[in-house]
Amino acid sequence: MLDTARRYRKEDLSPESQVTARLEAIRRSGLNAFVTVDERGARLQAAGAAERIAEGDEGLLLGIPVAVKDNICTKDLRTTCSSTILSSFVPPYDAHVIELLRRQGAVIIGKTNLDEFAMGSTTNTSAFGPTKNPWDPSRTPGGSSGGSAAAVAAGLCDAALGSDTGGSVRQPASFCGITGLKPTYGSISRYGLVAFASSLDQIGPMGRSARDTAVLFDAIRGYDPRDSTSSPGEYTPTSLDGLDLRGIRIGVPGVFFSEGLSRDVERSVRFAVSLFEELGAETVPIELPHIRYGVAVYYIIAPAEASSNLARYDGVRYGLRKADEKDLFDMYCETRAQGFGDEVKRRIMLGTYALSAGYYDAYYRKASLVRSLIAEDFRRAFTRCDMIAGPTVPVTAFGIDEMVDDPLSIYLLDIYTIPANLAGIPALSLPCGFGDNGMPIGLQLMAPAFKDNVILGAAMTFQDHTRFHEVRP
Amino acid sequence: MSAYEAVIGLEVHAQLLTDSKIFCGCSTAFGGEPNTNTCPVCLGMPGVLPVLNRKVVDFGIRLGLALDCSIERRNIFARKNYFYPDLPKGYQITQFENPLCSGGHLDISVQGAEKRIGIRRIHMEEDAGKNVHDESRPRSYIDFNRSGVPLLEIVTEPDLTSSEEAVAYLRELRLILMHLGVSDGNMEEGSFRCDANISVRPRGSGDFGTRTELKNMNSFRNVQRALDYEIRRHVSIRESGALVVQETLLWDASEGRTLSMRSKEESHDYRYFPEPDLVPVAIEESWIERIRKSMPELPAARRDRFVRQYGLPPYDADQLTQTPAMADYYEQCVSLLDAPKDISNWIMSELTRVMNEQGTDIRGVGITPAMLVGLVSMVKSSRISGLTAKEVITKMASGGKTAEEIVRDLGAEQVSDEDELRGVVSGIIEANPKESAQYRAGKTQLLGFFVGEVMKASRGRANPKVAGNIVREMLKQ
Repeated sequence: MLDTARRYRKEDLSPESQVTARLEAIRRSGLNAFVTVDERGARLQAAGAAERIAEGDEGLLLGIPVAVKDNICTKDLRTTCSSTILSSFVPPYDAHVIELLRRQGAVIIGKTNLDEFAMGSTTNTSAFGPTKNPWDPSRTPGGSSGGSAAAVAAGLCDAALGSDTGGSVRQPASFCGITGLKPTYGSISRYGLVAFASSLDQIGPMGRSARDTAVLFDAIRGYDPRDSTSSPGEYTPTSLDGLDLRGIRIGVPGVFFSEGLSRDVERSVRFAVSLFEELGAETVPIELPHIRYGVAVYYIIAPAEASSNLARYDGVRYGLRKADEKDLFDMYCETRAQGFGDEVKRRIMLGTYALSAGYYDAYYRKASLVRSLIAEDFRRAFTRCDMIAGPTVPVTAFGIDEMVDDPLSIYLLDIYTIPANLAGIPALSLPCGFGDNGMPIGLQLMAPAFKDNVILGAAMTFQDHTRFHEVRP
Repeated sequence: MSAYEAVIGLEVHAQLLTDSKIFCGCSTAFGGEPNTNTCPVCLGMPGVLPVLNRKVVDFGIRLGLALDCSIERRNIFARKNYFYPDLPKGYQITQFENPLCSGGHLDISVQGAEKRIGIRRIHMEEDAGKNVHDESRPRSYIDFNRSGVPLLEIVTEPDLTSSEEAVAYLRELRLILMHLGVSDGNMEEGSFRCDANISVRPRGSGDFGTRTELKNMNSFRNVQRALDYEIRRHVSIRESGALVVQETLLWDASEGRTLSMRSKEESHDYRYFPEPDLVPVAIEESWIERIRKSMPELPAARRDRFVRQYGLPPYDADQLTQTPAMADYYEQCVSLLDAPKDISNWIMSELTRVMNEQGTDIRGVGITPAMLVGLVSMVKSSRISGLTAKEVITKMASGGKTAEEIVRDLGAEQVSDEDELRGVVSGIIEANPKESAQYRAGKTQLLGFFVGEVMKASRGRANPKVAGNIVREMLKQ
């Protein structure tokens, strides 16, 4: 993305030709990364950006083809959440992040595939079929932001937006060998992000490099009065110089290197940590005693919020409606039976159960308490270190047909990514090697709330000394 | 006295007089074209988020202070989940644990007896839209103009024991809401809605009987009828040895009975949980102080003051404080003319008649305090008769002219001039020799006949008191 911006200024590339090339790449890719491609809109936006560049506008996003996860609302452009129930939904408004991107002249090239309503880790639950991993089309790109990750990795766009509720930016970034940030909760407005689990959801930038990711992050963050959970406060631009690692204390939690972590992933992550040490960082072992409850807590809180957030898809005002039913109750039942896929239904049922009278205290209330203990674990850990390093996912990308009948095993893959969502802290994944099967491996970095710049800077420095992010599928 | 006593708790939903809705910027105006006061937020579109209108908190605190409640310092909202077409998000944003106000009270008076009714809680929430059914074909529409209009829900302790107490409580609560400027209290437009929980128990027992919940009572009269009906129903069930079934009932005003809406088994599990899209609202002492300083006089205090300051009978004070606008009107009149009881009489009788005829209220009647006072002072100084004055006030309401102008146009100024009246009286005496003779012979009851003739001859302009004196004087000779 930054390369593209530089070439626009050197006039050896125009936004129009870049958009044409990306559109052509999308057509040829065969990855099913996009649900909707906005060819006409993209060409118009490219022409507008070209004019602004000619007028001397220096904006880094001008004319940059950006792909947007299809759970982020785009005015007059279909936003489906990869669900049958919203397959014809055209929002009359832009999400806050889209307004910001448009203002800065970015080209919204299309809407990328995801697990239905962002519920999943493979894009397999999409009503539009799974996306393929550009490194090996028989494998999953991860999810739920699998379409965005695959699009960035395969060069179908220059950068992309995803959303991350329990790892949905970082896990596909890891599987596809790109950089993806789950920002501090509240640093990016959720206005226009179709809610899955409101207290965990955060839009995240995805790019080829940490610098691309940082530039996109700066472009979309900031206070928005339309999102009460968005943080006021000052937003200074993220430095693109990288982080001087001398004296930086990196916490390495033992719990992230325990049972279930595959050998090749562990090897690469340990290599990455040793590289940080070579660059002057100091590693400290840390304890996060409540992390082991993270997956359990997440699979109560996220479905509980989801069961409520998805109640609005009732066939009454927009989206799918089964109207030939005999009464209101049947209309509700048939619309939701046909409109939602299995995974969404599974989570609605889980969440409804967890919130039911008589179970609320045992499930939701207790989960909320443990959630605050996990946040406290991180607060304590960050008194001893500046950031935390570990694997993003215990494994590399697996076959699209694997684990389809085993949701529980898939849930457990989120074990390293979920805690950052529960604690609201920033976390990113960046490429740090390749597995025995040749698939990319992700390193996860985490920092205290609103220290997104620390992990972005550390990732930049890491990438200044490695080439993993430059290897193309 | 019945062997049973009723135990009643009331829930009132009051719509607030904010300009915009509770979680978006849409207008709260009533009666617009369907779905014109809507936006993606109050329509529950995907991805949109609520933002609290802090004015709603102001209003809640104001009511809480008026009812002597304690104010919750850390307010969180909750989601109440249920499916209904008029509920666009599939949940209502409300407060569940730790409501804005709790532990207050409201004093009522029924047949001279004072009683203190406990206020359990007051919380903030959003209203739903409205289903509109097309009776001619199987089709329903939804108007979301009301969706997201702010409400305060005010819940009493089960302290009420009769329909009279319930109505007295509701009247007083409505008055307070109106005096505070928190709600217009308009029951027809649904700004003030009431549900009741009711049970009966043997008089003096400390236990509660099985309760039923009553809905759809949209006037004070219907509250009274519905509660009386339901109390009788509970008592007769218990007297027959049967058990009251816990259920939710609808009052059918035309049939005069309650109908089952849903049983306890069919009742919703609302699955309340904290609303993650809103952050807790911290209420600092300074916020409460700011509201406290801006509190207007409450109806009970104003009533007492009217009695004390203007020497009005309690009945007058009560009537004149039925709305803040009426009470303000009265006080403006009194400040222009020191005749508190006369003015009270005129407002309660003739001005009220005119308002009823016009179907308007004190703000729409078109007679300013200065105009009313002009009329009252003409009557007091005998420049016009009471009869003429009634004609004048009717004209005043339609024409916008002052009493002086109307009286002049009508040529209706009262004749109190003795010489002029003496001429009229002597003519009448001459024309009625028989009656004159009878009067002189002692049949003084005929005075009324002569005065009547004078009034007729003067087309009502003669001052009847002066005319009477002249008749007496001339027939004595």
